[in-house]
Amino acid sequence: MLTRPKWLGDREWLGDVWTWLDARLGLSYVQQIAKKKDVPVHRHTIWYYLGGMTLFLFMLQIATGVLLLFYYRPSAEEAYESVQFLMAEVEFGWLVRSIHAWAANLMILTVFIHLFSVLLLKAYRPPREITWFSGVALLGLSITFGFTGYLLPWNELAYFATRVGTEIIGVVPIVGSFFLSVLRGGTDVSGATLTRFYAIHVALLPAAAAVFLGVHLFLVQKHGMSIPDSAEMNASPGRLMPFFPNFLLRDLIGWLSAFAIIAALAAFFPAELGVKADPFQPAPVGIKPEWYFMFMFQSLKYLPPHILFIEGEVVGVLAFGLAGVLLLLVPFLDRPRIRGDRERLFIWLGIAAIVYIIVLTILGYTASPTQ
Amino acid sequence: MTDDTKPPDRSRRGFLNWLLGTSIGGLLVVMGIPVGRYLIPPEASESATATVRLPFKPEEIPPNTAKIFKFGNRPGILVRTPAGELRAFSATCTHLSCTVQYREELGHIWCACHNGHFDLTGQNIAGPPPRPLEAFVVNETADQIVVSKGA
Repeated sequence: MLTRPKWLGDREWLGDVWTWLDARLGLSYVQQIAKKKDVPVHRHTIWYYLGGMTLFLFMLQIATGVLLLFYYRPSAEEAYESVQFLMAEVEFGWLVRSIHAWAANLMILTVFIHLFSVLLLKAYRPPREITWFSGVALLGLSITFGFTGYLLPWNELAYFATRVGTEIIGVVPIVGSFFLSVLRGGTDVSGATLTRFYAIHVALLPAAAAVFLGVHLFLVQKHGMSIPDSAEMNASPGRLMPFFPNFLLRDLIGWLSAFAIIAALAAFFPAELGVKADPFQPAPVGIKPEWYFMFMFQSLKYLPPHILFIEGEVVGVLAFGLAGVLLLLVPFLDRPRIRGDRERLFIWLGIAAIVYIIVLTILGYTASPTQ
Repeated sequence: MTDDTKPPDRSRRGFLNWLLGTSIGGLLVVMGIPVGRYLIPPEASESATATVRLPFKPEEIPPNTAKIFKFGNRPGILVRTPAGELRAFSATCTHLSCTVQYREELGHIWCACHNGHFDLTGQNIAGPPPRPLEAFVVNETADQIVVSKGA
């Protein structure tokens, strides 16, 4: 019954503590699960680290986010000043905010890489459809985290980015204007919008993320790691690595490296604050959204005012909405796979999406803002 | 004495389950109403501003320049054309609501967000904006400018 783990050593009191806790918490049950968990080893194993990396960055966001709450004040009158105070006066305030900003960006990046690696390796195949759905939901939550958090310092860039971003929601036919006013807390972006975004950013989204993350991790645990077709066919079958401690220790090295990189980025390129938002100033020249919205922003710029009697932006917004729905439904759309065909279509679609995002993002940063 | 282990009457159990289910469903729906209403912001009294006197004098705005002014709680833009005429428009871009600005080297109104261009009558001439800017009526006297909504 007593399966005292070896790593406790032979100190007797530690063994007693283990036994006491085990009887109350069921530690040996957890230990059994950890022992059973394996990670397949093949040439695509590297992609298995992306989910864990995202999880680490998310935990970093929670830790730094809680710290920021100690000084931040969510009102149009005080938000900018409170962030300014945090950056200039509070010891290591700049560090906490810069880590929050950098880790946020890197987390979006790892979410995207995780998504596309899962897409290209077809890890959404049965029975992992719901794992995929929860993952797409977490992608949506991550982007919403970014969008709502961007406004909170109440600076000029954030103000106009939010005006455009919420206006885009308003463009959606039928329900758009309702969501627009619920999100903005009125007809315009104002202090009311700031408090709403604050509530969404620090309460609603973390709660929703906890639920979806719980489902996602449970399903990963339940189904184990998906092995890509190519690896299944070529490799000598069954090379496995124990999750605990082998894979976890490799994870930790990745996390530690990421933390070091983020700390360096935060120190050398601290988060900027810019100019306080003023609704009665023109939108600044060269205004840009966060990089992960850039491809959509740039696409909207190229659309003509009208496409077949419909306003260009409506077409653009509906197209991106449709792309989102298609992304969610990939496990059901990629049907031929179930019959055992080696369907390449979705791999090519995934690659096309990656190329589109990269090209439009580069254009967004290089094209002259006045052209 | 009745036999307690016998399953209760099917229809009675079914009815009770139905009652419980619909009650819980109804309760959830009813709870949604105040939450939904709570999230919709109260109707702000739409600023009935029809006329504003601008806080700057006509000589402060030379030809081929513009200034943003407050028209109620919305921004407006006052342009003095190179010919010296004053014109005023809503400064809210008809594309995605950014605030527009005057580009002296182009001689027309421009929106930085998505590169929308408007000429000096407010017409959308290039880029994604779908409609012209709303034009206001400008009255200029010796020492003041009054801007009002068109008829």
